[in-house]
Amino acid sequence: MSCALLLLLTSLALAMGTGAAVEIQRPRGVPQSKRQFYEENKPFTCLDGSSTIPFDRVNDDYCDCRDGSDEPGTAACPNGSFHCSNAGFRPAFIPSSRINDGICDCCDTTDEYNSGATCQNTCREMGRKERESLQIMAEITKEGFLLKQQLIHEAKRGQEDKQVKQKELIRMEKDKTRMAEAFLELDDDSDGYVSVAELQSHLELDPDSDGSLTETETQGLLGGEGKVDTSTFETVWSIIKDQYLSEVSTYVMKTYTPQEEQSRDFVSDHDSDHYPEDYAGEEEDVEDDEEDDHEEEEEKVVGNPHIGGEGPELGYRSLIYGPECIWVCRNLEKEIGFDFGPSAEFAYLYSQCYELSTSEYIYRLCPFNRVSQKPKFGGSETNLGLWGQWAGPEDNLYSMMKYDHGQGCWQGPNRSTTVKLTCGKETVVTSTSEPSRCEYLMEFTTPAVCQEPASLDEVLHGHTEL
Amino acid sequence: MAAFIVRMGPLLVLWLAVFLSGTWAVDRGNFKTCDQSAFCKRQRALKPGQSPYRALLETLELTNTKLTLQLINDNNKVRLLLELYRLQGNMTRVKINELKPLKPRFEVPDVLINDPPTEPLSLLSQDENGVVLSLGADSQWLIVSAKPFRLDIMEGREVLLSLNSRGLLAFEHLRIRKDTISYKIKNKVYSAWENIKWVFSSQVDPEGAEKKEETDAANEPAEGETAKEDGMWEETFKSHTDNKPNGPSSISLDFSLPGVEHVYGIPEHADSLKLKTTDGGDPYRLFNLDVFQYELFNPMALYGAIPVMLSHSAQRTMGIFWLNAAETWVDISSNTAGKVRHTHTHTHLVNMEGYNYVQGSSETPQTDVRWISESGIIDVFIMLGPTPTDVFSQYASLTGTQAFPPLSALAYHQCRWNYNDQEDVAAVDQGFDEHDIPYDFIWLDIEHTDGKRYFTWDPHKFPQPKDMLQGLMDKRRKMVTIVDPHIKVDSSYKIHNEIRSKGFYVKNKDGGDYEGWCWPGNSGYPDFTNPEMRAWWASMFAYDQYAGSMENMYTWNDMNEPSVFNGPEVTMHKDALHGNWENRDLHNLYGLYVQMATAEGLIERSGGVERPFVLTRAFFAGSQRYGAVWTGDNTAEWEHLKISIPMCLSLGLVGVSFCGADVGGFFKSPSTELLVRWYQTGAYQPFFRAHAHLDTPRREPWLFGPENTALIREAVRQRYALLPYWYQLFYHAHHSGQPVMRPLWVEYPQDTATFSMDDQFLLGRDLLVHPVTEEGGRGVTAYLPGKGEVWFDVHTFQKHNGAQNLYIPVTISSIPVFQRGGSIIPRKARVRRSSSCMEHDPYTLFVALSPKRFAQGELYIDDGHTFNFDKQKQFIHRRLSFANKALSSRNLAPGSQFITPSWIEKIVILGASKPSKATLKTPDGKENLLEFEFDASMSVLTLRKPGVNAGVDWTVVLQ
Repeated sequence: MSCALLLLLTSLALAMGTGAAVEIQRPRGVPQSKRQFYEENKPFTCLDGSSTIPFDRVNDDYCDCRDGSDEPGTAACPNGSFHCSNAGFRPAFIPSSRINDGICDCCDTTDEYNSGATCQNTCREMGRKERESLQIMAEITKEGFLLKQQLIHEAKRGQEDKQVKQKELIRMEKDKTRMAEAFLELDDDSDGYVSVAELQSHLELDPDSDGSLTETETQGLLGGEGKVDTSTFETVWSIIKDQYLSEVSTYVMKTYTPQEEQSRDFVSDHDSDHYPEDYAGEEEDVEDDEEDDHEEEEEKVVGNPHIGGEGPELGYRSLIYGPECIWVCRNLEKEIGFDFGPSAEFAYLYSQCYELSTSEYIYRLCPFNRVSQKPKFGGSETNLGLWGQWAGPEDNLYSMMKYDHGQGCWQGPNRSTTVKLTCGKETVVTSTSEPSRCEYLMEFTTPAVCQEPASLDEVLHGHTEL
Repeated sequence: MAAFIVRMGPLLVLWLAVFLSGTWAVDRGNFKTCDQSAFCKRQRALKPGQSPYRALLETLELTNTKLTLQLINDNNKVRLLLELYRLQGNMTRVKINELKPLKPRFEVPDVLINDPPTEPLSLLSQDENGVVLSLGADSQWLIVSAKPFRLDIMEGREVLLSLNSRGLLAFEHLRIRKDTISYKIKNKVYSAWENIKWVFSSQVDPEGAEKKEETDAANEPAEGETAKEDGMWEETFKSHTDNKPNGPSSISLDFSLPGVEHVYGIPEHADSLKLKTTDGGDPYRLFNLDVFQYELFNPMALYGAIPVMLSHSAQRTMGIFWLNAAETWVDISSNTAGKVRHTHTHTHLVNMEGYNYVQGSSETPQTDVRWISESGIIDVFIMLGPTPTDVFSQYASLTGTQAFPPLSALAYHQCRWNYNDQEDVAAVDQGFDEHDIPYDFIWLDIEHTDGKRYFTWDPHKFPQPKDMLQGLMDKRRKMVTIVDPHIKVDSSYKIHNEIRSKGFYVKNKDGGDYEGWCWPGNSGYPDFTNPEMRAWWASMFAYDQYAGSMENMYTWNDMNEPSVFNGPEVTMHKDALHGNWENRDLHNLYGLYVQMATAEGLIERSGGVERPFVLTRAFFAGSQRYGAVWTGDNTAEWEHLKISIPMCLSLGLVGVSFCGADVGGFFKSPSTELLVRWYQTGAYQPFFRAHAHLDTPRREPWLFGPENTALIREAVRQRYALLPYWYQLFYHAHHSGQPVMRPLWVEYPQDTATFSMDDQFLLGRDLLVHPVTEEGGRGVTAYLPGKGEVWFDVHTFQKHNGAQNLYIPVTISSIPVFQRGGSIIPRKARVRRSSSCMEHDPYTLFVALSPKRFAQGELYIDDGHTFNFDKQKQFIHRRLSFANKALSSRNLAPGSQFITPSWIEKIVILGASKPSKATLKTPDGKENLLEFEFDASMSVLTLRKPGVNAGVDWTVVLQ
């Protein structure tokens, strides 16, 4: 019979070991919070109320209660749990099945009292290590959180800038559209020039408002030329646009309107899902598509952000190239509508790329865009996934990113990557692995996920029972 | 392990291009049909008829141990030597070889555990028609008919079995190749059919027209060009040419089984338990092959081959063991399957002085079987039963019993191709603890090695294997690493250099080391048929040889058919040489030898103390002695889950009890439901291992949400609770050769309703399992056998009557399992994180009473991992019986001794009535009243805490 006397008083053991026992007597394996239910020499009622048994059947190595509450200190109940105080460290519950199984689970060794296992009390050591690492973490969190505030601030400013820029772009685009319309309207003989004669009918442009637009006046409007081509017309347009009245609406108008509407859709659409799909579509064609260059141009390795650069200038380089603005505008619109976290703290990652070099590969994470892998010693790059969505658990959505629809695997899924974000002072990829074939895991630190630090005292003592 | 992988680099590109047709099914074109296997085609073209063989009775010699007799082929005058043995235990051995072969023909070594002991045969009568011999006490006779030659085994007036009754005995005698002009000219006028007849030199031509001409051609068969077409001296399949310096050498013999409609066995095939007739299709093929993505329900060969067939009828169970390791095909026909049958050859009347045997009418069902092998001799063991148990004992007496595995090997195994590195192993190990799911073994597939060099570790991924193994040992868990028999040809690889320098590699036909492609690229194949090679191989498992190994590390032999990616049918060339023998002669033995040598290595490294555990994919008769087998690279599909039952049942019938299928399915990714159902099924099959292909998503049990984690946890916990019973069943399998996992007919041999059942099975005699293997299954119909018997649902304790089809509604958590009324099953209710952790835990006894209030069971306990149970009789084996309202434990093995701290925690009596008191009596004369609970609604009596040690005598009396 191995059912020894199990109503051992933990205080006794502790008192002998440390001489500093303040503990109250309680049956083995019972946490302080439940001590009241185990009153010596009084019948014990199972915590689920299912039955009442004599107290000597508590911890007698036979399971009487359906909920396992009569055997907190033995392995008799399949669903029981054992409480270790772990003085010096953190208390814990372990499944009853780990009591006396020959494996030291509790750092205070209390789970192995009858198995012959020789366990060392490691609680103090573990507590010390834990405090150390918590301290380090707390410092990181603190600094990280400050950085995060900066990021939020910058993001806010960036967002405002972008909105201004966007308005400006839209204005310029509209203006350019009008200019093009006007040019086509004016160029009656469609020879690619607007001549004095063609402009003269627009009396609203009369500089002296005398009711007649003379040839000289007209020529003056055309900068002294008899006729102007599209590029020169830009200067002319800047002078006349405020007065210019369109003739009737033309087909040109119709061509442009839908695109404007489309653009507006983007502005109002704050669901970022729109973006990756579009993006993915372009990405897939990339191999033989010149748009690729466009992207490459955009991805600049850390420290050279594209946003706020000269991009918008591209838009009205030429009248007929007006639609090029669409690209920039759309990008900007997407960016503005993007989910960069509750306070846009992740916005700074946009258009950046971060690399990690392993023995075989260089991994590259371009947040909100794609993840890729390139062999160090030659070979082509493999797409490990395109931006999918935030993929953290409900209560912490922004702790994980999912990139999917990467290059297909042989008889397997398309490659995909999960990026785990942890708080850090620096923004850096710390590790990559492939836990399952073609499913990659990347660890990434950024201040953007740093939470407001609890006070260090709270961290260190908050969970300690004693 | 898969048949292959794309990431092998350019070496395999060509090969892959051929093999990867991009479909999810076996590429049948890679494997031969009978028509594409020259000897099978030649033999199968020979139709039943009168045999050209005649027994030369004047040559008969009878000694104490055997009868010998010469046979002559009247067409070519080639003589054969027949040897007949009466073996102890109701078996007859029939051996036929050429009387004077040009050179010796291969006889399979190392499969029989000894020279089977004989019993004297006595001659009852003899005349010019034949002889009658007595086969011992059971009024059994063996009749040798002279012209045409045939053998009949009779009991009383019934024919049990006849040999050559359809005249299909055929022996391609060894010959010298002749390519003379005259033969060529002569043979050109012959049709292919004529040639076939020439090959066997037999007279089976229904018209008999050319008979004269053929006999004029003397004894020599046709050779030359047409012979070449028949593949006698050379044969080409796809791009592979098989040189046959020994020429044609195949053999064939037919067996008729009157009264038999059900035959089983001859694994490995992905087919139903009851073998099908092969008329109109290919025969069942026995040829160890690495078949990529095998298909179900066809007779194609798979990884292993056990040439043993069982026949069963309500009257008798018998077995035929065809001891031949060459490529073999088995044809089965039946007069009750399909159309009306041709004339019954077995109704032929044997009429001799004093004996007038009236034989069965043509109304009798009959199964006819024909065995065809490419080379070797005919060496057949006829196991006459008469019960299934007898046949198992008979076969065990020939080839040995199931190795008794370490207890932990019966627990749960977690495998995947591949666990990536030490961190991954630690994380998975931790995952099991976090989710409170027990497991005992974690497995490492080929990627753990340094460039597929077995016995090594990848220095980056597994830099500190001993730390890893120690970490597992600290949790009382274990590991298996893979060691395949193909050796990377690499002069910086020690294993390769030693094998090469010792001349231990298989040789090609020209005498150089045979090389083929496998995982490491170009590889050599050690000649495991060489005992010196095996001894050397075994020595490589010593702790100081296999760097990084520890005592909690065991071995997995994969690819040991052997798999040769660029070989014919993905295996070794048949003309490769193992010493003097061609691979052709012993192909199916290779895998057995690999496992044998590996198991020997594991035994030796512990100084002969510890039991080994080795898993093999390829196997042969006798492989049961060396460890476990699994059904190879299956697929994550419902049909594959279902087929795991007949595949393991078939193996169990022919000695291999330790069988399992990859839980979850190897190829493809299972749906969550399929995975859960597979765990539930696997938990009740002998070898319980989850495994997955490299290219599938991870599927550790906790990756599918808490509900599914809980379902899988519960299935695994049921397995662990039942480990005492599993262990006891394996002890019996080891002791007496009885299968662990049994078809119902084994225990209910007269119940014809059970004969074709393979969606449910028995574990031992006492547990009936009908797992849910249907997608979206809402209920199963289980057949509970046994008129007048009762069965108890092990989960609800509800009682059901036997001899009925019981519909059981199921949910996703259901695993329908029933305990037979009349049995006692020990369990350990305290499931811990590994079986080792449960070693000293107490037992709960589940006593299921029969309608007559009787029950019997056993309890077997030993140290769980050494040979001390055998060498020093250190074990406890007790008889538990309930009769006359008393449950008692008595010693079954008085000569044994073992001390266990385990005790009896609880006794649950199903089908009980309420006693007024329960008294425990122990040998010291003490009597203690036991407290009990009685559940009247289910008639369940639970005795609280008897507390008595599991190893002593005790009795509980109910009053």
